[in-house]
Amino acid sequence: MSGRHGFRRVLVANRGEIAARVIRTCRRLGIETVLAVSDADAGSVPARLADKVAAIGPPPAAASYLDVGAVVGAAAAAGADAVHPGYGFLSENARLARACAAAGIVFIGPTPETLEASGDKLAAREHAAAAGLPVLPGGHVGGVAPKRESIGAVGHTATDDLDRAGAGGTGGVSGADEAGQARAAELAARIGFPVLVKAAGGGGGRGLRVVRDPGELSHAVAVASAEAEAAFGDGRVYLERYVSPARHVEVQLLGDGQRVVHLGTRDCSVQRRYQKLIEEAPAPLLGDGLRGRLHDAAVALGEHLRYRGAGTVEFLVDPEREEFYFLEVNARIQVEHPVTEAITGLDLVEEQIAIAEGRPLRVRQEDVAFAGHAIECRINAEDPRRGFLPSPGTITGAVFPVGAGVRVDTHVQAGATVPPHYDSLLAKVIGHGADRGEALATLRGALDRCAVDGVATNLDMHRGLLADAEFGKGGVDTGYLERFLESAAYVQDDHGRS
Amino acid sequence: MDLTNDDVAEILALLDSLPYDELDLQTPRFRLTLRRTPGGWTEESQTLTEPVTAAPAPASGGPAAAAPTAPHPAAPDVPDQEGLVAVPAPLPGTFYRAPRPGAAPFVEVGDEVREDTVVAIVETMKLMNSVHAGTPGRVARICLENAEPVGQSTTLMWIEPA
Repeated sequence: MSGRHGFRRVLVANRGEIAARVIRTCRRLGIETVLAVSDADAGSVPARLADKVAAIGPPPAAASYLDVGAVVGAAAAAGADAVHPGYGFLSENARLARACAAAGIVFIGPTPETLEASGDKLAAREHAAAAGLPVLPGGHVGGVAPKRESIGAVGHTATDDLDRAGAGGTGGVSGADEAGQARAAELAARIGFPVLVKAAGGGGGRGLRVVRDPGELSHAVAVASAEAEAAFGDGRVYLERYVSPARHVEVQLLGDGQRVVHLGTRDCSVQRRYQKLIEEAPAPLLGDGLRGRLHDAAVALGEHLRYRGAGTVEFLVDPEREEFYFLEVNARIQVEHPVTEAITGLDLVEEQIAIAEGRPLRVRQEDVAFAGHAIECRINAEDPRRGFLPSPGTITGAVFPVGAGVRVDTHVQAGATVPPHYDSLLAKVIGHGADRGEALATLRGALDRCAVDGVATNLDMHRGLLADAEFGKGGVDTGYLERFLESAAYVQDDHGRS
Repeated sequence: MDLTNDDVAEILALLDSLPYDELDLQTPRFRLTLRRTPGGWTEESQTLTEPVTAAPAPASGGPAAAAPTAPHPAAPDVPDQEGLVAVPAPLPGTFYRAPRPGAAPFVEVGDEVREDTVVAIVETMKLMNSVHAGTPGRVARICLENAEPVGQSTTLMWIEPA
């Protein structure tokens, strides 16, 4: 492991705020950056920040940021030692990791095997259960008949209730066939309603359906399967118990393939349609016992996977029962990583790079110290008063707060374009304080000093959330945001969005 | 901007002790404006450096493969074309004729539509927005190919009113 030189040049295969953020750390470390850009991003702020840019294709992501050949080709042509994939796009794509390896380029992320194990949610569930983590009662319903569909797996007595042959899948597997429907009905009856129908290859809330009434099950399975097939090319679905109210709590991990440490919890319960809007670290109002069990569970799964790189284990926490269940592994840097950086003082991108350079972990668990509390708001180009209608366009003015305890990660400035082809994240505003109250006060003041003109934003909604008494108390559940939007009289229609 | 957050913090620490409320700093590479407000300092920054292109990317498909990238311009302000009514894009984005790849198109030329018939999808920022006919009648013309980029209010198709 020793004697290896650090990277000289890294290709950043992403866009937006995370591209700008990765470039900044590379610059601080003396690493040259080449940014892969689609034609829509050729003049973006990250393109101006990077040492060089390499065009990888037309604006649609499928023809540029999702094109493995174009990304690896650009990295090779630029003479890059490594590729940083950011989040989203190809960040958890095992094919990219393998193609990089084949081209002699380091993929800054987990091994292809880990990416496959975590990217397939059925496989991830199986690994979690094998590592002793509690998984929700549930099982596979699509296509190939599992050998067992036990509904054990309550609390810490997790059992391996999924069949790998099913998870491996064969052509044309779908939850919509008759045998699948019969299995779904039987399984749901054993789990108990309401149940959640989930896509094995899913993400971003697509292919997810809550079913409260047994009569709706077959339709929900068929729709979720079709949606998953269209979105991910994989129609396999599975059922899990639907826990509500619940909180979304995750644990940040770093691993070097041998050793794994955790960097504490984050709470991401403020969500709309499974899209996170506010995150904080540490997760508030968890008993020390529960918090410790979450840390231990995440580390156990990381060790089981011989995890290498930065990653996150997501859990559903049942606040009333003080129980938690494994949800999924995100095998990449996450949007909300700055709140963890604020309370640990670590630069997670720097650690990702050090691990990818082949160095052993530079922090021991006992060295990880937590200081204070941090909260992040995602400022999106969308209009909460018009059903969260997306708002691409040209930024005419961008004023952000600066000062002690405030961090802003952004890719917009006056004159910048917000193209319609990508997600709507404009900036992340993070407030850090000695405790949650101080972090909240800092963040409230910070948002009051934000002004983004030229596109609609959700800034006002965030100001309302930070002033809301229930959020102020801490520990809200995943149903909180919808309740807040209703009480604050935000229009909730969809403007015909399908 | 090439200044790090730490750089800005140090500049702020200097400014805080001085009687100034604004600092405007411009170099060929960046412009930074710091302002003192009642709630604290704000920052407005502009990175002015032009992007530097690395060695040209390997040609993947030649000019024939080049996809159209400029969105179609908004329709000229002509209220009708021989009595036809335009169906405009509700947002800039990508025009899709079918609910998913491989599926049958929502409508074909000659199809009858009601006011609320879904005739297309425009994908904007990863969200699918249904486009309704808006006028009862018959589809007279479809102006774009599937998956073409569209600007705000680009005419997607024309309806012959019933």
